[in-house]
Amino acid sequence: MGAVTTKTEEVQENYLNAEYGWKSWLFTTDHKRIGLLYLVSITLFFFLGGLFALLIRLDLLTPPGDMMSSEAYNKMFSMHGIIMVFFFLIPSIPAVLGNFVIPMMIGARDVAFPRLNLLSWYLFNIGGLCMLYAVVNGGVDTGWTFYPPYSSNFSNTNVAMAVTAIFIAGFSSIVTGLNFIITIHTMRAPGMTWFRLPLFIWSLYATSLIQVLGTPILAISLALVAAERLLHLGVFDPAYGGDPVLFQHIFWFYSHPAVYIMVLPSMGVVSELIPTFARKIIYGYKVVAAASVAIAIFSFLVWGHHMFVSGQSIFIGMVFSLLSYAVAIPSAVKVFNWTATLYKSSVSFQTPMLYAFGFIGLFTIGGLTGLFVAALGVNIHVTDTYFIIAHFHYIMVGGAVMGYLGGIHYWWPKISGRMYPEIWGKLAALTIFVGFNLTFFPQFILGYLGMPRRYHAYPPEFEMLNVLSTAGASILGVGYILPLIYLAWSMRYGEKAGPNPWFATGLEWRTPSPPPKKNFLETPVVTWEAYDISGQPDLVERLHNEDRIYKSALQAEERKREELGVETPAEGA
Amino acid sequence: MAETLIADQHAHDAAHAHQFDDVEQQRDAATMGMWVFLATEVLFFGGLFASYIIYRTLYPAAFAVASQTQDIVLGTTNTAVLIISSFAVAVAVYGAQTGRRRTTIWALALAIALGVVFLVIKFYEYYQKYVDHHVPGPSFEFPAPYTEPAKMYFTLYFLMTGLHAIHMIVGCGLLAVMIIMARRGDFTREYHSPIENSGLYWHFVDIIWIFLYPLFYLIGRHLE
Ligand code: HEM
Ligand SMILES: [Cu+2]
Repeated sequence: MGAVTTKTEEVQENYLNAEYGWKSWLFTTDHKRIGLLYLVSITLFFFLGGLFALLIRLDLLTPPGDMMSSEAYNKMFSMHGIIMVFFFLIPSIPAVLGNFVIPMMIGARDVAFPRLNLLSWYLFNIGGLCMLYAVVNGGVDTGWTFYPPYSSNFSNTNVAMAVTAIFIAGFSSIVTGLNFIITIHTMRAPGMTWFRLPLFIWSLYATSLIQVLGTPILAISLALVAAERLLHLGVFDPAYGGDPVLFQHIFWFYSHPAVYIMVLPSMGVVSELIPTFARKIIYGYKVVAAASVAIAIFSFLVWGHHMFVSGQSIFIGMVFSLLSYAVAIPSAVKVFNWTATLYKSSVSFQTPMLYAFGFIGLFTIGGLTGLFVAALGVNIHVTDTYFIIAHFHYIMVGGAVMGYLGGIHYWWPKISGRMYPEIWGKLAALTIFVGFNLTFFPQFILGYLGMPRRYHAYPPEFEMLNVLSTAGASILGVGYILPLIYLAWSMRYGEKAGPNPWFATGLEWRTPSPPPKKNFLETPVVTWEAYDISGQPDLVERLHNEDRIYKSALQAEERKREELGVETPAEGA
Repeated sequence: MAETLIADQHAHDAAHAHQFDDVEQQRDAATMGMWVFLATEVLFFGGLFASYIIYRTLYPAAFAVASQTQDIVLGTTNTAVLIISSFAVAVAVYGAQTGRRRTTIWALALAIALGVVFLVIKFYEYYQKYVDHHVPGPSFEFPAPYTEPAKMYFTLYFLMTGLHAIHMIVGCGLLAVMIIMARRGDFTREYHSPIENSGLYWHFVDIIWIFLYPLFYLIGRHLE
């Protein structure tokens, strides 16, 4: 990276200081700036959704649910779910980190359609404003799943507005996915073949496929609900000969794949973090890459596992159960490959890596309990209980949000040009891990004992576990506020990061931090395989000279060779 | 000399966006983008087609009786109109590829005119439904025992043809923009992906109709 040293450090032009003023942000077509715009939007929604979660947990502190009426409670969990799913998790990694790093990772100057990219942010915010309007205008109480006939004929809340909000935000998600697919297909730098792509790209490619193919189905199912409410048409209304279960089919045909929109990108982040912080090439690159695509495909075939008790035939139930087991295989393959990568590697426990460990453990629990609930008999016992809540929060919060935070910390030096304070980073990661488990593990037990979801009151014998859960939630809340503070602080006061603080191998690390407006000073040419340090001699040299962990690992290897009497292979071979 | 240089420069700028290495890469991206977009459209309509299939299987008799109320002449005319318009668009694209600007403009104009004819006929049919009390809602009437499922038939009819009509309107707008671009001389033998992609969109919307027509007009007509 010698090429980028300039005499005075500060004069370097980058995407942040190239232009100033609010117009230069609101009308930007730079993928990096759009990523940051998304970061601001979804962070606001994250804390709004978090506020509703806090209110839910406070209400459940006492068995009679003293804090709010059951109507208010219904609105709380509905708005929590809608905001967290559609306005935070689905855009989170793709729209923020994906926008920021995908073009750099593949050696491009921007995404294929920069103006559409900006349009997607505007669509997201228009959807977001519609949602806020629905929230302040009295809320929604249908749950994030909008099942008719309640949502279409009975609820007296702002269902039509909320549905419109999701419809619009859905198009922003489609546009993002489309942009990424085309970018990855057509804009790779010379030498960047498909099997040299970082695994993050494979994950986001698979995610984009789901966004592009799944979201239109969600849009049409919600449009039909809105049409039923506003025009009194009756596609799902039994009084017209309609079938409410048809809605569930269409809705879950999108929304099961959508859960993979939320978790696949996190898997991608983890696939970047592990080789970087273990200083090792990922184990089974092609298998991990193929697993992402396999998950995307399988995810479209299992929606019926949400309807085991909706009057589905036993035969169809068995088919969906079997297919749900099948979708767990590629996920498990990834977990095994990550752990195999860690085997005998030299791990450095920096903050992003802590999140990666958190992801692996919590995702595994979430995935395995997914298998519990995909078994027909067990499902009937636990469906619509807190067991389900715990299952998907282990994946969506324990998995997806951990991956998101890990990615934010990992790429923060690239985004801001500064390091976050490492001690605070570790502290926050641990707080989040402890808080998370304390919040959601008791919910497995509660669900197993029979506490139903979506009720604002519960029998007194469940009090103890609910109090624990609420205590955990407050710790979790603190854990989420910490990064907000120290990341903001570090933008000004953090240590200068330099182009590649992690000794990582991706192309995004071969350009200054923060990157120049066009990403690279000159178009990079790729001659090495993914995660292979030996292809970048300057990096190997830096590792030798600067990295304590790498040095000690090399020494250990050397000693071993001597013991065994094997010759040292030539450098860079 | 200087003037032509500037003109060249301008044409180059209009055709080549900064994020692409060359015009060819840009064309690949645009074409692929259109195909992926059409895939999302297929799924968008897909939810409705799936609903149609389910209700048709549940209520075959009612759907057959309800489709007999359709005006087969108007439906068939509209099908022919759209097929001819697709041909016109194909001619326009060919004109752009081979540098025949006048052909392009006239063929596009013809396609738009046919699109408008289609929409006029469609709205006339809607009006007929209104007169016959076949619009789902409080005034809906249909002989027993098929009242409820026939209502479902007409609900789907309005939703699906309505969504299709919205796409037709968008398509006419797109083709109008293409006329403006063609008149400005934006298209060259090397650069014509906007018109190709608009053409793809138009053909796609036609194909949707090719499915809607038998589903709502033809199937079950012969039963009586
Ligand atoms: C390992 C594969 C997985 C299997 C076999 C699985 C299985 C299931 C099953 C059977 C249910 C329905 C339970 C019921 O309502 O009775 C369910 C619910 C749920 N799962 Fe999973 N799951 C898996 C992975 C995931 C992932 C990766 C996510 C999210 C990123 C996720 C999110 C959800 C959500 C949100 C629900 C509840 C939806 C609701 O009713 O509100 N699952 N899962
Ligand atoms: Cu599912």
